[in-house]
Amino acid sequence: MAHGHKSNEKVVFVGDSRVKKGAGVQVPPDYTSYPGKSEAFIPNFLLKEWMVGCVVLVGFLVWTIAEPAPLGYPADPTNASFIPMPDWYFLFLYQFLKYPYVSQEYIVLGTMGIPAVLFGGLLLAPFLDTGKERRFYRRPIASSLMFLSLIAVVYLTVISWDHYTHQLEITNTIPEHHVREEKAREAAEKGQEPPSTVKKPAAAVAIVDAKDPAMDIIKQAQCIGCHAADLKGQGSFPALTGVGDKYSKEELVDIVTNGKSGGMPEFGTKLSADEIDQLATWLAKQKAPAK
Amino acid sequence: MFKNVYNWIDERLDITPLWRDVADHEVPEHVNPAHHFSAFVYCFGGLTFFITVIQILSGMFLTMYYVPDILNAYASVDYLNHKVAFGGIVRGMHHFGASLVIVMMFLHTLRVFFTGSYKAPREMNWVVGMLIFFIMLGLGFTGYLLPWDNKAYFATKVGVQIAESVPYIGPYIAQFLYGGDIVGAQTLTRFFAIHVFFLPGALIAMLAAHFLMIRKQGISGPL
Ligand code: HEC
Ligand code: HEM
Repeated sequence: MAHGHKSNEKVVFVGDSRVKKGAGVQVPPDYTSYPGKSEAFIPNFLLKEWMVGCVVLVGFLVWTIAEPAPLGYPADPTNASFIPMPDWYFLFLYQFLKYPYVSQEYIVLGTMGIPAVLFGGLLLAPFLDTGKERRFYRRPIASSLMFLSLIAVVYLTVISWDHYTHQLEITNTIPEHHVREEKAREAAEKGQEPPSTVKKPAAAVAIVDAKDPAMDIIKQAQCIGCHAADLKGQGSFPALTGVGDKYSKEELVDIVTNGKSGGMPEFGTKLSADEIDQLATWLAKQKAPAK
Repeated sequence: MFKNVYNWIDERLDITPLWRDVADHEVPEHVNPAHHFSAFVYCFGGLTFFITVIQILSGMFLTMYYVPDILNAYASVDYLNHKVAFGGIVRGMHHFGASLVIVMMFLHTLRVFFTGSYKAPREMNWVVGMLIFFIMLGLGFTGYLLPWDNKAYFATKVGVQIAESVPYIGPYIAQFLYGGDIVGAQTLTRFFAIHVFFLPGALIAMLAAHFLMIRKQGISGPL
């Protein structure tokens, strides 16, 4: 940069490197050649830009204060009735894949064929539309393709949103983040803390009466193989600590005897009615300490 | 004082040409909204960058509280949103900013398209721009899972299932995204890493290329 070079030398290097200086360097255009009033970027234009930026920032802050970011209830993979909903800018793709000829046995067209052509076309636009003309009304093919895609995207997005609201209506669902907000508001009106949505970790509840002989049955019957040695559960196996808060003794007899559809085996044939009764009595005692 | 420090450094390192070369240029009349109001369309690129900076900054603050594991992710977001001072604002900025940046990017892309600015010699910059576009969509997709509420969970499940239906490589994509067979603990940590390290790294590299090319070629001339 600061190094000059003697023009009578045969080979000229760039700076102090061994790179030979070529001829084809592109020099950024000089705007004095443009007609009209150009303006220095620093500081004139940049200062104005920052003023606009400040206004945008304040507006944005006001928005975030007025409208809290939504948060529903913790993810529950076993919830079968939840209506899945991607973020709004994916809706058009989501809706598109619901049409025949791009779904089911034609899904290849939907996930690869058509998107590949469209996004590929967009990616390679400069190599497909190589004419010199820049004004959009003089490029009917490129412009009309873009307009068509825009209309399609807007249409698909609107339809998708319509479907979603309709589905909410017929299933009588209120989106979780609304339910939650509503509950928090109601609690606030009564001057209470908003209800907690976070599952209390089971670790907080200790085993009640761990010396009871029922504990031996628990170990022998391999309950601990699934519900963990400390009965605090593991993975998708629920904790047994605190089940007394959830079920009565009769219900517990039923669960242990007949099992549960979610993977809890039936023990009616493996344990005697007496043992099950003993177990259930003990399980019913497993309550969280009163606060 | 400031000037003396600058001069002291400049004497030794000759830094002036470094930044002048990038920063010192003229803004031609046809892109300056002060002269032609309709030139505001040329601001969308700058606005996209502005919101991108907000995203990066607010995201850095979010990671101070966010815990990327399935037991604590939701609770940490909940805590941040409702208990931490100004946490709601930080999360709000990142949440709504994610939508805003996509809107701005769409508008910027349309401006470049309809002014034919992608034509020679700016083809490479358009291609880089499209790569940025895909990176942004990727950021949106991976970020959506992180709060780990039902909406996040099921949208991701559907999204990965769609990717899975791609012929031949689909199952591999799904395997890569899931880190297993379902949306679970592995998926969350993966999405976190992709959202916070991989894609922003790629984005910054691409943005550097984008801006260097704009600087080198200058903004496209009047129509
Ligand atoms: C094969 C693993 C397995 C074994 C062994 C097992 N369970 Fe379970 N248990 C489960 C699963 C899975 C569930 C959750 C079922 C559901 O929610 O539908 C469950 C649920 C329960 C529940 C209801 C808990 C709740 O919060 O809904 C009780 C009570 C229970 N088991 C008691 C026992 C007892 C007592 C034994 C030993 C006699 C035992 N389990 C052995 C897997 C097991
Ligand atoms: C994070 C996303 C992006 C940012 C921050 C960004 C930023 C910018 C900025 C500041 C400019 C200067 C002109 C202007 O402001 O309009 C510009 C120009 C340009 N952008 Fe982007 N951009 C982004 C994404 C894209 C995308 C998605 C495309 C298209 C695929 C694209 C293609 C271009 C092209 C071709 C130019 C040169 C236009 C000209 O010289 O007139 N950019 N970009």
